[in-house]
Amino acid sequence: MKKVKIYVTLRESVLDPQGSAVMGSLHKMGYGDVEDVRIGKYLELLISDDTRDIDAYVNEMCHKLLTNTVIEDYRFEIEEAVSQ
Amino acid sequence: MKFAVIVFPGSNCDLDMYHAVKDELGEEADYVWHDSTDLSGYDGILLPGGFSYGDYLRCGAIAQSSPVMDEVKKAAEAGKPVLGICNGFQILTEAGILPGVLLRNKNLKFMCRTVTLKVENANTQFTNEYAEGQEIRIPIAHGEGNYYCDDATYEQLKKNNQIVFSYANDFNGSRNNIAGITNERGNVLGMMPHPERAVSDLIGGSDGLALFKSIVKQWREANVSHA
Repeated sequence: MKKVKIYVTLRESVLDPQGSAVMGSLHKMGYGDVEDVRIGKYLELLISDDTRDIDAYVNEMCHKLLTNTVIEDYRFEIEEAVSQ
Repeated sequence: MKFAVIVFPGSNCDLDMYHAVKDELGEEADYVWHDSTDLSGYDGILLPGGFSYGDYLRCGAIAQSSPVMDEVKKAAEAGKPVLGICNGFQILTEAGILPGVLLRNKNLKFMCRTVTLKVENANTQFTNEYAEGQEIRIPIAHGEGNYYCDDATYEQLKKNNQIVFSYANDFNGSRNNIAGITNERGNVLGMMPHPERAVSDLIGGSDGLALFKSIVKQWREANVSHA
């Protein structure tokens, strides 16, 4: 069993209006030195098959569904997990 | 002409689309559920607006993997007219049938109003009943209609005359005010505004009807022999 932690972020070239709104709020609350806020997504997958090429497997899922590579970048970490 | 109105869990403009085609246009239409694997009996494919799968993950992302989308791709490759409106446009971009992506509106608000569109290209099978440069009034209703593509894609869109509708005024942040684009071949149109909600003066305007009439006109010319 593997646990895969996927971090999805907006590409640098894409404006993040949500992040800008959050930064505006932080500034109003007194956190004036926050210079940028970018909001992304975090996904966790539990994968039971230990025999396959897990990197290729996760990349395939990221390209087919989990991310939109027109606007998003992603990276992931793989950990050993104990089945529950 | 026979249209398929594709229905996903969470579609909510399917009835408007059906009404526009059946009652205002007088053509045939069927609702087709998202798990259908055969669209061969239809001459045109319509992807309606709504919030398919609750917009989970990204709008259109989950609908994009529905069984029916393989058939929509086949229909597009066969040259059949495919029209995606609002969520339908988002699904077409997620499926890679149209380039680019729809982001959150720049002001983060869901906006529902009637806007002025400019017909940028009247030489398509969706706009031949309009005049080039014509301004039309069409309702919009979206939170994620901010069209984005990279520079190279934009240059391609411009070069191939794929930009069909633009907003007269910027309100959602779309690149160069893009409101609707076709694929390179010109038989797939995606647009955020709702022409199917502007098909009768009784409901506030009929500027959208010419879009549906254009599709039928082109189809008749190609498929019905004249005595």
